Amino acid sequence: MAQQLVRRRGTGLNLPRRRSNKVKESIMKKLKLVVVGNGMAGIRTVEELLALAPELYEITVFGAEPHPNYNRILLSPVLAGEQAFDDIILNPLSWYADNGIRLHLGKTVTEIDRVRRVVVADDGTEEPYDRLLLATGSSPFILPVPGKDLEGVISYRDIYDTEAMIEAAKTKQHAVVIGGGLLGLEAANGLKLRGMDVSVVHLGDWLLERQLDETAGRLLQKSLEERGLAFLLGKQTAELVDDGTGHVAAVRFKDGGEEKADLVVMAVGIRPNTTLAESAGLHCNRGIVVSDALQTFDPRIYAVGECVSHRGVAYGLVAPLFEQAKVCANHLAQLGIGQYKGSVLSTKLKVTGIDLFSAGDFIGGDGTEDIVLSDPAGGVYKKLVIKDDKLVGACLYGDTADGAWYFKLLREGRTINDLRDTLMFGESAIGDAGVQGQSRAAAMQDSDEVCGCNGVCKGTIVKAIKDKGLFTVDDVKKHTKAASSCGSCTGLVEQILMSTVGSSFQETPKTKAVCGCTDRTHAEVRKAIREHHLLDHKAVYDFLEWRTPNGCATCRPAVNYYLLSTWPHEAVDDPQSRFVNERVHANIQKDGTFSVIPQMKGGVTNSEELRRIADVADKYHVPMVKVTGGQRIDLLGVKKEDLVNVWKDLGMQSGHAYGKSIRTVKTCVGSEFCRFGTQNSTQMGIELETMLANMWSPHKVKLAVSGCPRNCAEAGIKDVGVIAVDSGWELYVGGNGGIKTEVAQFLCKVKTADEVKEYSGAFLQLYREEAYYLDRTVHYIARVGLDYIKAKVVDDAANRQALFERLLYSLEGLPDPWAARIAGAQKNEYIPIKAIA
Amino acid sequence: MNMPVEKPWLRVCAVDDIPLLGSRVVERDAGNVAVFRTAADTVFALLDRCPHKAGPLSQGIVHGETVTCPLHSWNIDLASGEAKAPDVGCARRFPVKVENGDVYLALS
Ligand SMILES: Cc1cc2nc3c(=O)[nH]c(=O)nc-3n(C[C@H](O)[C@H](O)[C@H](O)COP(=O)(O)OP(=O)(O)OC[C@H]3O[C@@H](n4cnc5c(N)ncnc54)[C@H](O)[C@@H]3O)c2cc1C
Ligand code: HEM
Ligand code: SF4
Ligand code: SF4
Ligand code: FES
Repeated sequence: MAQQLVRRRGTGLNLPRRRSNKVKESIMKKLKLVVVGNGMAGIRTVEELLALAPELYEITVFGAEPHPNYNRILLSPVLAGEQAFDDIILNPLSWYADNGIRLHLGKTVTEIDRVRRVVVADDGTEEPYDRLLLATGSSPFILPVPGKDLEGVISYRDIYDTEAMIEAAKTKQHAVVIGGGLLGLEAANGLKLRGMDVSVVHLGDWLLERQLDETAGRLLQKSLEERGLAFLLGKQTAELVDDGTGHVAAVRFKDGGEEKADLVVMAVGIRPNTTLAESAGLHCNRGIVVSDALQTFDPRIYAVGECVSHRGVAYGLVAPLFEQAKVCANHLAQLGIGQYKGSVLSTKLKVTGIDLFSAGDFIGGDGTEDIVLSDPAGGVYKKLVIKDDKLVGACLYGDTADGAWYFKLLREGRTINDLRDTLMFGESAIGDAGVQGQSRAAAMQDSDEVCGCNGVCKGTIVKAIKDKGLFTVDDVKKHTKAASSCGSCTGLVEQILMSTVGSSFQETPKTKAVCGCTDRTHAEVRKAIREHHLLDHKAVYDFLEWRTPNGCATCRPAVNYYLLSTWPHEAVDDPQSRFVNERVHANIQKDGTFSVIPQMKGGVTNSEELRRIADVADKYHVPMVKVTGGQRIDLLGVKKEDLVNVWKDLGMQSGHAYGKSIRTVKTCVGSEFCRFGTQNSTQMGIELETMLANMWSPHKVKLAVSGCPRNCAEAGIKDVGVIAVDSGWELYVGGNGGIKTEVAQFLCKVKTADEVKEYSGAFLQLYREEAYYLDRTVHYIARVGLDYIKAKVVDDAANRQALFERLLYSLEGLPDPWAARIAGAQKNEYIPIKAIA
Repeated sequence: MNMPVEKPWLRVCAVDDIPLLGSRVVERDAGNVAVFRTAADTVFALLDRCPHKAGPLSQGIVHGETVTCPLHSWNIDLASGEAKAPDVGCARRFPVKVENGDVYLALS
């Protein structure tokens, strides 16, 4: 295996496609995406893209290295003999085949013809593109000193270099590593473990001067010296000395000294690979210059990874690159709403047995204060830098358990006045005594980040462990990606596994109480209502021993919803427990008047309705008539006492624009009129809106149906978004256009309109049954995980049908609230008492 | 010949015309009055103007002896008209009494 790896193969590999002939036609029409660079950032972007828009592109990948994408970060453990190359492959060849990706291995792209829109590789291979993604990474910087091209002088970037070092270690004795940064130290450590004598030459006054302050740097040096490494600090390399046969013999320094060397590893920094981009005329400035959308100056060409310069910064760690990948994929998927705004970095050194962590501005300066804990004998040093009552930097050595917590405080930019006294002692020192004695993992919040490289939170891991029945760290890596990049969080993942599997009797995670009236959580309230068949408010407050006689404005609406959704047609709907809008069935405005939005299914109306709306506007002196963002008409400024008459004159149903309920189903014109339309999206929308009429839900629910992937109905930011394609419909869930825009996630693809109804209905019912009050679908999905939704709605047909039936049952026979009030319901609500004085 | 009369009591409605944990609005040129009814059948009357931004308190959710304003959720004590901490402000109170199932209000 090893020998094979070292040889760079020049042959291209055209992998067989999995697709059948039947869908070939639609492939012909797909856009062509070409990816240059088969590395961590490029392939992560492809993965994110496939999750968002699996059918949009025909994808081709060029990789100069003769291997599928592997985890470059883990080259150090490979060098140290702790892992094998096979262990660090991220995407095996079968992955490319399964996803229909054409892979050109061992081919370097040498030219981009932006006019013809083709790329050309060194062996003459040409591929046309509609979109191009550059992910060419970076190259090691080679000091321009005499002797740099001698044999035995290598850099440390890829598996080829790593294998070369492993080979050298078998026959050579004296290694010199130039550069005392993260990479250099990892190389030095690995070579030492392989039996070589290793010296590290470093220009700076202490090691990792960009990651550590001086004290921590010295501590690190001491413990590396204890492991047998030698250090030459403050030394500048002048020349590499030839042994007479073209092989390196020594390193000579500016000050005249010399160090014997039969292997020299250069680890003095990296330079973004921009040659290709520059030769194509793309603007580069220490990296390929990209916008917040990861777009280069040519709008068809995107770039991600170490080759990129974003807002003047080129990143060299995977976490920011993965964030870039996510945003870039979003734009490639034509959803077009993500923005990359740059990243705050934290670093760790992957030398087994040495714990160090740093983030932010850990050196400090004017206007900052330091909190320092120093225990040189115990090998522990911690420094926190504070500015304007906020944590701005942290540098930890020896005990890095709280690194992630400090990093979180830092990124959130939260004031730490309240924590200051105990800040230094870490997260477990704050909060209630209950967490003491438990592991750090147990004390973490669900939303706390465990894996910084991949942005995986504790909640996601716990969820995966429970739902998938995971027992090993490897399983967790596979399902969540946590611990799958740099691996520094492996210990934490293990702890989480132990605490989760070990205490499975604790069914629900700790969540907050509903409100001050009770200590019960939303989950507990729901459960009690279901298990004890509670049917009205009093029963709930009595059974769960509420502290207040009739709740408050926070818990009452929640309880009302839980009652209704758990026991449809049985539980008593209490209008007094509803917010005014839902009680009055109109939207209260700031002056106490109301707005009236009649239902217009799918945004379709007719001259009759428009005429009646116009008449109502005149008759009741409606101050403003406005088209809403939900494709219907809003009559604003109606007096409460006029509401019932307005409804009567309109002769239209309630649009529920005021409730925690179904709102609208936005549609585009679709195949009936649009030249791109593939399905009748308007009709689909009308049918969905008809099906879901009068549906109450934990929070508002919005849908949209587009007739083709151009997506004019903006289905990507809806709770349920439906996008028509030639062969059926794609369903997306969990989108949200609000305060924080969230892109809907791909749920599945179905063939028929009936299936659209069944799948989206089942999803919404699951949400109605399980989400906490005031959680939008995005929050619910974030809590339970998309895989869980898929398991319940997509994979399990029987469960889907059962959910769908329960939805239809609970909606069955619900009256249109406006019609009910025209008929006299809740009359008093609308009639004021006249004071005759 | 008459003694100066105290404010006249005005019958506005029957208690049962007000929903439990709800309210009714009494219209008045000088500003509407909200009449609330608690779970214990106690009745309170406040000017229908939230001390915050003049929201119609009558449209809020009634709980205990408090109403939550529908516009920005201030909690107003029904007996005193005072906003509850952390908010500060006061809604004007009106004398109100219940006799034989009828609600009487003293306006001025
Ligand atoms: C030894 C080592 C340890 C590291 N440890 C860490 C760590 O602990 N934590 C961390 O966050 N980061 C670490 N890094 C950095 C991390 O690996 C990189 O940031 C990341 O791999 C960069 O991803 P990329 O896709 O931009 O580039 P790469 O992964 O380098 O991928 C670029 C690929 O493009 C190919 N390519 C370039 N030009 C062309 C072309 N013209 N045609 C075809 N193919 C081309 C290259 O051959 C390469 O395979 C480490 C790096 C190394 C080398
Ligand atoms: C708490 C936050 C919000 C409040 C208080 C609020 C308030 C309102 C109000 C008052 C209206 C109706 C205006 C009218 O009477 O005509 C409205 C309509 C609308 N809002 Fe919001 N909104 C909120 C959040 C959002 C969010 C997050 C979105 C985006 C997803 C959104 C999108 C819309 C749309 C599209 C309409 C038109 C609805 C229709 O046609 O039925 N709103 N909102
Ligand atoms: S989404 Fe497609 S079908 Fe619908 S209007 Fe836009 S282009 Fe036409
Ligand atoms: S965005 Fe929504 S909440 Fe904000 S002012 Fe407009 S209608 Fe009101
Ligand atoms: S107007 Fe009542 S809370 Fe703002």
